[in-house]
Amino acid sequence: MMEGINAKYVSQKISKTRWRPVSSSSLQQPDIFATGSWDNEDNKISIWSIGENGISGLDDEFEGDPQLVCEHKHNGDVLDLQFLDQDRIVTASSTGAVIIFRHHHNSQTLSVSQLWERAHHYPCDNAPCTGIVCNSPEIVTVGEDGRIILFRADQEGVLRTIENADSSTIHDVTFLRTTEILTVNSIGQLKIWDFRQQGNEPSQILSLTGDRVPLHCVDRHPNQQHIVATGGQDGMLCIWDVRQGNMPFSLMEAHSAEMWEVHFHPSNPDHLFSCSEDGSLLHWETSSNSDTPSFLQGGRNTSIVSRSAIAPAGGNQSLISSWLTGDSSKGRLETTHMLPSQTLSVNSLDVLGQCLVCGTDGEAIYVNRRVPI
Amino acid sequence: MEEVDVEPTTTPIPGFDSNQKHLGFVWGPGDILVYETIYKASGGSAGGCPFVHEVRKDEDIYSPILRKLFNESHHIFVGLQRIREDLPSKNKKPQFVSISKNYRSVIRACMEELQQVAVYHNDSLGNTLLSLELIWNLCEVLFIDAAPAGSLVLHLLDWVRLHKADVDEKAREVLASESPAEHQAYWDVVISYVLQGRMDEARQVLVKQAALQPAARVMFKLLDNLLMKMPIFNPGETQTLTEFDVKWRHWREEVDHCLQDQSFASNRHLEDICKILVGDEDVLLEYKELLSTWYHFLVTRLLFSHPTVKPTELHYYAQSSMHMFLDTRSVPEPLDSILLAAFEFDIHQVIKDCSIALNNWWFVGHLTDLLDHCKLLQSHNLHFGSNLREFLLLEYASGLFTHHSLWQLAVDYFDHCPEFGRVYLELQIERVPLDTERKALKVIRICEQRQMTEQVRSICKIMAKKALRNNRLGSALSWSIRAKDAAFATLISERFLQDYCAKGTFSDLDLIDNLGPAMLLSDRLTFLGKYREFHRLYGEKRFSDAAKLLLSLMTAKIAPHSFWMTLLTDALPLLEQKEVIFSADQTHELMFCLEELTSGKSQLFTLASLARVKQLFTLH
Repeated sequence: MMEGINAKYVSQKISKTRWRPVSSSSLQQPDIFATGSWDNEDNKISIWSIGENGISGLDDEFEGDPQLVCEHKHNGDVLDLQFLDQDRIVTASSTGAVIIFRHHHNSQTLSVSQLWERAHHYPCDNAPCTGIVCNSPEIVTVGEDGRIILFRADQEGVLRTIENADSSTIHDVTFLRTTEILTVNSIGQLKIWDFRQQGNEPSQILSLTGDRVPLHCVDRHPNQQHIVATGGQDGMLCIWDVRQGNMPFSLMEAHSAEMWEVHFHPSNPDHLFSCSEDGSLLHWETSSNSDTPSFLQGGRNTSIVSRSAIAPAGGNQSLISSWLTGDSSKGRLETTHMLPSQTLSVNSLDVLGQCLVCGTDGEAIYVNRRVPI
Repeated sequence: MEEVDVEPTTTPIPGFDSNQKHLGFVWGPGDILVYETIYKASGGSAGGCPFVHEVRKDEDIYSPILRKLFNESHHIFVGLQRIREDLPSKNKKPQFVSISKNYRSVIRACMEELQQVAVYHNDSLGNTLLSLELIWNLCEVLFIDAAPAGSLVLHLLDWVRLHKADVDEKAREVLASESPAEHQAYWDVVISYVLQGRMDEARQVLVKQAALQPAARVMFKLLDNLLMKMPIFNPGETQTLTEFDVKWRHWREEVDHCLQDQSFASNRHLEDICKILVGDEDVLLEYKELLSTWYHFLVTRLLFSHPTVKPTELHYYAQSSMHMFLDTRSVPEPLDSILLAAFEFDIHQVIKDCSIALNNWWFVGHLTDLLDHCKLLQSHNLHFGSNLREFLLLEYASGLFTHHSLWQLAVDYFDHCPEFGRVYLELQIERVPLDTERKALKVIRICEQRQMTEQVRSICKIMAKKALRNNRLGSALSWSIRAKDAAFATLISERFLQDYCAKGTFSDLDLIDNLGPAMLLSDRLTFLGKYREFHRLYGEKRFSDAAKLLLSLMTAKIAPHSFWMTLLTDALPLLEQKEVIFSADQTHELMFCLEELTSGKSQLFTLASLARVKQLFTLH
């Protein structure tokens, strides 16, 4: 299960790793990823390559070893990193800056293409920018100052700012639709914002009844726009249907410490990945006998169905995750640890195709090129 | 006070003349801050100097390549601590040897990387790593693997071969040349192979020479035969040590015969080889350059004179080898005394000498820890209470803590120091600078996992205050909840209430409306939540519910006295409603509260409003 996953020690604590997107038409596996570091006096963003694809060499381990392509100094910790497109990377800095780097393929160098210096700020201090989401050319960022800022790449100024969107730190943001985003904050709330509306109020607020556990990460289901997964300080994984109000679909104990990132597999959403401060990276796999994807299983749990006020458009399908335990549902859930042994905190992961990359506080990067999906 | 073992090194401070002025200093966690005082050496005082110098002992910790060493070895260290105690020691030895090899491969990997990167500068680091690997390897052979007589020489041979790899390079060069037998380094290669006990390779190279001299074919065949027949102890076979010894003596006699017979007299080189085979020390010493180190000389000597040497006899040969090989006038290098101490099986001396010679505790810390796991260290209490292993690990981890990034590794080391680790960690963890929330969260998680509640509280308080200063009330509340800090939650609620009194509306409604069970953390917070609820109910025109809530806030004593006036004023519009909202009992209670307020010490009301309220109440 663990073949093809070795640690590469890189002399910097890795805060973020992201695959460079591959064009959806090609069937290629990704071969380039970017990393950002944190807690260094000189932080960096780096671009790595895992070598030629399609050459199934005898010495797979050696070939899979990431090689540094280029790097660039980064002012402040890299708190988030996203590819805007094939050439550009946006980073969120602990200084409150939002930076676009351009990767020049000819010279294999990185350079700063755009910089919004104190995008997130307090009146006197710096406020770290904590999360980014891109939908080229639009960029949305969130920060410890509770602001949501909308940028457009190549435009100097800020498109729109939602001031004081939150009285606590916003940790992560994701697009629900092209004009709608969802943020999670450190008092355990999910807030949906509609950019078509003026004003600084969210259109919807969701949270768990019970303890307000800070939420650190959120990811939207690739195909179902109303299904999101969140993870937070207590390491619990929650799946929500944002149309259904104040109750998550399911709550699962995942990790014994903060969950830093959660990702649905972009092309195979029955698979979910999460990583945590406790040093583990989990691969969640739901499976069912029927053809319909697990999230669209016909429900058995009548109590949830009766609570829903929305008649499902599809008619016979109510949207209940097969991850809901308790009944002899058609689905089952398997969890596997993806790292060979306990490490320091796994801060970030990314999965694309059959490739998984993650970075840890042990200053190591792990790449797995044969993720079973 | 104990005597110092070596003279302390002097570090000159630039721009400072010790003859002129006195120096002041203060110790830091990993360094010393030094400054020039105003006091003259000769007495009296003069103007001061604006500079403060930071003197650091350990620069290595900042090398990016060494960082890999620290991280990888941390991983190995943690794995080692987790090996179960209850396994019988027979099963554990191979595990320990394997761990030792892991450590060594990490050192080697760093060394190789250093060689690739630094060709001109700072290869002193590469050399240091080379020596470290040499020492560690020897310790593995002698202490951890603890080879018995017979295997001991073989393991030592491996050790020497690993660290004298230039022979193969030279051999490649010679064999690749047009006429290998005439290459100037040809005989060097042959002799080096023989000195290292690599008879097969020696024979292969000798064949080239034999081909050139058909006339001397018999002689070459004879030597080839001798080389081939040399007995090598095989621990796997059923042959005992005694049997091997007998065989070996027979062979040696045969070689001696050939020497006496002058069989190789016509070829000096072949004769030298023969003399080496019988362990002729004078001849061996002639080839000092090829041996290059006294320990190579030692091992070669043992191979050809005492292949069944027992571990306890090693030190005698080691000392004599060193004396024979080295120039008696030269001072032994630190490396030499360390290796000698190892051959003498004086583990403590090895550790002590390494500690002095190196400026970083990495090596001694990890090696001692491994040896301790092998139960090789006597429990040797130092003056300050902890044992040697713990002392070294504490020193190493404290050094790590001074690094802006590697402090996280240090935590695991402290965890495995049973006596003082926790105290050290408690003191150090509070000094980690907290620039971002994420870092603070990680530090708090470390403290929570170890039940360091004091540290959790103090860190949360720092973060909460910072948030409050920047008017991030939600963040501040989130930190107070984490620390279960009721006092701070009260403070935050006061801020909200002050804001309300000042502006007339609530800020951050998203927070107050969604407090949930966190509301119960502090009375003031509960009040805040309920008060907001009152406003909501009023806004929804649910007046009787609002009134009931308002009253309960006062009678249940949740509302602070300072706020009662505001509450009573809030009650006014309810009283002024056409329909009766407050029942007789409720009104009675309101009056009671009013009385309590007026008779009390609080002067937070004007006489006019007081009069109005009284009037309204009596009217009703």
